Amino acid sequence: MSENLLKAENLTMQFGGVVAVDNLSLEVNVGEIVALIGPNGAGKTTAFNAITGVYEPTNGRVTFDGQVIVCNHPQGRMKRSYKGECAETYVHERVLNPTPDQITKRGMARTFQNIRLWKSQTVFDNVLIAKHMLSTSNVLTATFRLNRREEEKQRSEVLDLLKLVGLDDVRDELATNLPYGRQRRLEIARALATNPKLLLLDEPAAGMNPQETLELAEFIRSIRSELGLTVFMIEHHMDMVMRISDRIYVLDFGKLIAQGIPSEIQANPRVIDAYLGVSDDA
Amino acid sequence: MKKKETVLVAIILLLVLIGTIVLDAALPSYHIAIKVVKKATVYSLVAVSMNLLNGFTGLFSLGQAGFMLLGAYSYAVLCIPVAKRAGVYQQYNGGIVQFSLPEIFSNLFGQTVGTTVGMLLALLFGGLLAAVFAYLIGLPVLRLKSDYLAIATLGFAEILRAFFQWRALGPITNGSNLLKNYPDFSHATSYIILGGLLIAVIVLLVHSTYGRAFIAIRDDEIAAEAMGINLAHHKRLAFVISSFFAGVGGGMLAMYMGAVQALSFKSAMTYEILLIVVIGGIGSITGSILTSFLYIASVEWLLRGLDSGKFLGISAPAIFKNGFRMAVVSVIIMVVVLFFRKGIMGDRELPDLIRRRAKRGGGAS
Repeated sequence: MSENLLKAENLTMQFGGVVAVDNLSLEVNVGEIVALIGPNGAGKTTAFNAITGVYEPTNGRVTFDGQVIVCNHPQGRMKRSYKGECAETYVHERVLNPTPDQITKRGMARTFQNIRLWKSQTVFDNVLIAKHMLSTSNVLTATFRLNRREEEKQRSEVLDLLKLVGLDDVRDELATNLPYGRQRRLEIARALATNPKLLLLDEPAAGMNPQETLELAEFIRSIRSELGLTVFMIEHHMDMVMRISDRIYVLDFGKLIAQGIPSEIQANPRVIDAYLGVSDDA
Repeated sequence: MKKKETVLVAIILLLVLIGTIVLDAALPSYHIAIKVVKKATVYSLVAVSMNLLNGFTGLFSLGQAGFMLLGAYSYAVLCIPVAKRAGVYQQYNGGIVQFSLPEIFSNLFGQTVGTTVGMLLALLFGGLLAAVFAYLIGLPVLRLKSDYLAIATLGFAEILRAFFQWRALGPITNGSNLLKNYPDFSHATSYIILGGLLIAVIVLLVHSTYGRAFIAIRDDEIAAEAMGINLAHHKRLAFVISSFFAGVGGGMLAMYMGAVQALSFKSAMTYEILLIVVIGGIGSITGSILTSFLYIASVEWLLRGLDSGKFLGISAPAIFKNGFRMAVVSVIIMVVVLFFRKGIMGDRELPDLIRRRAKRGGGAS
């Protein structure tokens, strides 16, 4: 159970003189739901972006499914201006800075904090396009429809997926015509279409009301068990985080200030001080 | 429903084909209507190829004239009969290319078939040459975005035009002189069939998994990349394919024009095509084709009277002078853009129109 799926070590992301993520190390084990929480501007999304290839981390190493996928150390001008720790740790390792699509192909799919659906496309096509990555056809066989069998297989898989997430009734609607909560769900469905092992969710419940949040929590739990997924998410809705997470990491000013199971985090004085705060009736 | 649409589209296409055949039979080949159909078909092809890049992949490129130039020159150089080369390449001792594809193939397959095969191969070569250039240019240029990409590709087209007029290349390109005397399809039907088939390939591509990936890149590049679509690879692919069709289109334009000169492939030609794409609707193949025909027919034929003193029976030589036609065209274009903000077709296609009509009919009954 506690086999490592994702492991980040000494991950540091420095923009100019600002250290947005500072020496972050974390692990996500197979089958877990892990949450990354922290106040606004703590560097949660930056950490996500550094893991998924959107940014090249300044320093650190990310291992996924037993293989190093991202590895970097301060180079060039950054060498002198580097303010983080462990500057020498990865100097002798091979530098790896893959693009996001290469990372997704390894089995790590993500959603975005502000919804990024393909607006001109229908619900069905949004999910179908995500299947493109798995196509084996080249541009000629695809154009002249020699890939018909693969295409049909993908279409039926998309249909199954839409049924699973409960969006099959609106499959011919434009993605932008869906209500907000269902757009979020569609984004998750789209990420699932790439057959990931690890699902990264960046504030999946942002802007949702308590009822929708509750449904989303159940949904995440159900896809984990049905698809055998591992989930790593950033979230601000504490009731949802505490309800479904197996473990929680807390980030503040780019630094990890706490980690543990939900009950430990809730009781941790540093977390309460930095983020959770004290409720009025306590 | 879906089947009905396909049948209707097929009927429309068939009617267009029959119409052209009738036109060919009824009118002499120098008639303006035939010329309009030929030129509009070529422009349709090039506009659709530009739409593939600008409308479906979201890459704002203005290199179309450059790629057309490559196709046009390839066609001309490969097709001028050997006997006529001395006359064409007067300043360069008949040039260094001493073969002609249509002649080679007519020795093999007989006059009619051989000439056609040779001409088609020359067109194909032009397309491939444009594609190779696009690949090489694309390596550095496709890292740029929006306006910067447009300027870089525009620059490339201008350089290419100057390069082709260079005296040192004269033995191949005939310097800044005309290339002429190469064969042409005399029937508009040949243009319609060839252009139609090529556009059909683009339509198939747009609706394939690759076409969907292009659209994803246009709609949201970051999301596309996060969903495993390799941006560099797919952008290059779109660029190369678009340029291939622009090259073939350039070859067909050379055919239509009867004589080729690098001077005529100015950026104004790219703008003309961009105009057709924008007015037709960015991302609508049907729009590009319709607008090509409307634009070419008005500019080349219907509005001619505005330049020559008499229009719609009104004779006013004082106003209807040279240049007035283009002034009117500009006003029409502005009005069209004001009323159709997303172009005539928006991003709809022919089947969408039929579908809407059918739905409305269904609601009424």
